[in-house]
Amino acid sequence: MLDGFTAETLARVQFAFTVSFHIIFPAFSIGLASFLAVLNAQWLRTGDVTYLHLFDYWKKIFAVAFGMGVVSGIVMSYQFGTNWSVYADKTGPVLGPLMAYEVLSAFFLEAGFLGIMLFGREKVGNGLHMFATGMVAFGTLMSATWILSVNSWMQTPAGYGMNDVGQFVPEDWWAVIFNPSFPYRLTHMVLAAYLTTAFVVAGVAGWHLLKDKAQAETRRMFSMAMWMAVIVTPIQIIAGDMHGLNTLEHQPVKIMAMEGHYQSHPDGAPLILFGIPNPEEKRIDYAIQIPKLSSLILKHDLNAPLDGLDTIPDEDEPPVAIVFWSFRVMIAIGFAMLGIGIWSLLRRFKGQLYEDKWLHRAALIMGPMGFVAVLAGWITTEVGRQPFTVYGLLRTSDSLAPIAAPAVAASLIAFIVVYFFVFGAGTYYILRMMGKTPGTARLGLNDAPIRAAGVTPAQQTPNRTRPAE
Amino acid sequence: MVIDYAFIWAGIIAFAVLVYVILDGFDLGVGILFPFGRSEQERDVMMNSVAPIWDGNETWLVLGGGGLFAVFPLAYAVVMPALYMPIILMLLALVFRGVAFEYRWRTKRWKPVWDFAFFGGSTMAAFMQGIALGALVQGIEVADRAYAGGWWDWLTPFSILTGLAVVIGYALLGATWLNMKLEGPVQAHMRSFASPLAIATLAAIGLVSILTPFQDPVYFHRWFNLPGSAFSVVMPVLLALTTYKLFTGLRDHHDIAPFMASLALFGISFIGIGISFYPHMVPPDMTIWQAAAPESSLKFTLVGAVVLVPLILGYTAYAYWVFRGKIDPEKGYH
Ligand code: HDD
Ligand code: HEM
Ligand code: HEM
Repeated sequence: MLDGFTAETLARVQFAFTVSFHIIFPAFSIGLASFLAVLNAQWLRTGDVTYLHLFDYWKKIFAVAFGMGVVSGIVMSYQFGTNWSVYADKTGPVLGPLMAYEVLSAFFLEAGFLGIMLFGREKVGNGLHMFATGMVAFGTLMSATWILSVNSWMQTPAGYGMNDVGQFVPEDWWAVIFNPSFPYRLTHMVLAAYLTTAFVVAGVAGWHLLKDKAQAETRRMFSMAMWMAVIVTPIQIIAGDMHGLNTLEHQPVKIMAMEGHYQSHPDGAPLILFGIPNPEEKRIDYAIQIPKLSSLILKHDLNAPLDGLDTIPDEDEPPVAIVFWSFRVMIAIGFAMLGIGIWSLLRRFKGQLYEDKWLHRAALIMGPMGFVAVLAGWITTEVGRQPFTVYGLLRTSDSLAPIAAPAVAASLIAFIVVYFFVFGAGTYYILRMMGKTPGTARLGLNDAPIRAAGVTPAQQTPNRTRPAE
Repeated sequence: MVIDYAFIWAGIIAFAVLVYVILDGFDLGVGILFPFGRSEQERDVMMNSVAPIWDGNETWLVLGGGGLFAVFPLAYAVVMPALYMPIILMLLALVFRGVAFEYRWRTKRWKPVWDFAFFGGSTMAAFMQGIALGALVQGIEVADRAYAGGWWDWLTPFSILTGLAVVIGYALLGATWLNMKLEGPVQAHMRSFASPLAIATLAAIGLVSILTPFQDPVYFHRWFNLPGSAFSVVMPVLLALTTYKLFTGLRDHHDIAPFMASLALFGISFIGIGISFYPHMVPPDMTIWQAAAPESSLKFTLVGAVVLVPLILGYTAYAYWVFRGKIDPEKGYH
């Protein structure tokens, strides 16, 4: 098995596999942590128990998702060394400190206050509990900030020099951290996390509304999620557009691949909506395209010339088909989200937000789509950077650790088996928790403790059965 | 005055690793002892005693790795490939054990599976950490800024010995922690493991200490020449005192003393390893200064560490304070 592959291919697959699993959890926990902080603040402010019930409901789901995020993240932080050691040696002086700051200013914050947020309300009182909840949310955002700075530096390196052993060395920390693509990437990713969470919440609410539209908690969360969809999706689309213009400026080759522009267009490039990239012939087959629109979007001029992949050497070309498709998947989901937002707004004005079963069904289907968009977006970003790890400066093939292919293959298989087993089980448990209605008396009273939780399990008598099975 | 940033950083990384070892040490130890809980209820309280804090404990491991990447990138780039298998196995073990905290409350039918994952993951992680330590002591072959050995070099009788030593030592930390946090029969039961584990730990420390100089004559040299030889006299005395505290504490059914003495035991062993290593970051050849990142990286990261590490210690202490005292299986947590 996996015999024909080089150590490089195997290491790339392994990195792509583990990071793709990892990002699913942050995308959810960044959004959910903020949502929980809002719910708790609202409960303290209004004293409306609906908010408290929602807090307790999502808190348990958060605990499981967060646990999966932590363990998959620890794997990531060691993988730079195990599989990409040359990369680690060369970029360490620049990127290492940013990651160290992430640990110091974000991971400890999350981990330190998580226990209090989950089990500490009675022990520390409402005020400190609110503080802890806020700190967890703040920690997830700090974490996103640092790691996206790291990733953005790999896309648009700045503020560095080289030393005589071939390492990147920092010359201007401000320029390193606030490298050209960082503000765009951070905005786009944090909004993506919020949207992903909003649609998960909406999907769960949609599911319960289909069965019982009178339930207060369900209605409340559906309404909150739909406001998010209405407000955040347009902002996200604008942010994405600006992000794309930034990429055109700093990584034009990536844009060529995203747009499918194999050829240069000296007088106005078409926008290719769909088509089949044909890497051998270097063209898009069966292209459905709108003339000159791409130039209009990217250059704000119908006749502006745009270079194509024919202007760059073949060995610098990213895999076009992957980038082309993943980009379109993300865009399609973005507009579908916008559609749901507008639909909900129309229903809300007519006072039918909780009546329209088709809206609830659509929300249910859109529930997991944020994750798909996030993955598609990251694939566009990362595959579009190929064949470099540090864009234009360090090739992926020169970043590799000196590990024999069989060792990488063995660990890759182990990761695949373990991740599908462990995270499959976790996803199943989360779905089962989501299947329970929030705020019913059953939850809270008979519920299983999360981690150490308030209720010690020894105390649970048979009639206080857990909702789990 | 010239400030030696690399030296300061070596100290900070060593501190982070020590904090990791003693903190995650006891919660991994709880996992190692998990199957010895006699009933589901005993196992529940065992796990609950570490549930609110294990995540914070494990973050010190991330600081160890992330910190190494930041300030000693060359050491990170050499050690990780050299210890490829043990590191990957440790990471996978930590995955199983980390999710077990949540999963085992979410299912009845599969509870035994996650109980086993908690035990197996904890034991495997501890074993691999010990193996990694042993492999490091043996020395790592470096050529041209990269690891130059094979992918099984880490596996030797010596590294297996250090692996077992760490499992036993963590189990001792776990047993004394549970003695401190639990009450009643389960406390007595866990305490009963502490003495045999303490004897085994001391035996392991002795054996590893005797064998270490044979891994590399340099180690011998360091211990029997100044300034190392000063420690050669002090360390056994400290060790004897700690051992005395540990056993009298256990005999008198003291809650806190045995745990503190076990922590001290780890601290002393850790300093001992430090003496053997210094001034090397990666034995036998790479020194702290060769492995260090350029000074601007060291300085920039140091600012954050100086401000944030005390803050982290502060709120970590606060979290421990909030969840202080005995876990009462009858009354629950609040
Ligand atoms: C946009 C956000 C984002 C991105 C791109 C990444 N992460 Fe992540 N990571 C988080 C956002 C996050 C988080 C929200 O902070 C997590 C998720 C769940 C959690 O526990 O914290 C987390 C957890 C987490 C942990 C565990 C922290 C702990 O012990 O509490 C580590 C070590 C990493 N990550 C490391 C990485 C590495 C090396 C990445 C790059 C390859 C990476 N993450 C990508
Ligand atoms: C979190 C969301 C992310 C996803 C889904 C993602 C996805 C991917 C994918 C699919 C590849 C493989 C590209 C290829 O081989 O064709 C890749 C490569 C890579 N990514 Fe990312 N990435 C993410 C974030 C990051 C971050 C935050 C970093 C840096 C801190 C990073 C560092 C790398 C490196 C070093 C490679 C090179 C290895 C390779 O080419 O396979 N990635 N990533
Ligand atoms: C429809 C409007 C959207 C546009 C125009 C857009 C645009 C872009 C562009 C151009 C990139 C690549 C950046 C690069 O060059 O590296 C990107 C990446 C990404 N997109 Fe989108 N996007 C849209 C919607 C979405 C939605 C709805 C989500 C998720 C809910 C999302 C999530 C992401 C993520 C996670 C990345 C990778 C991280 C990054 O580079 O920011 N996008 N997007």
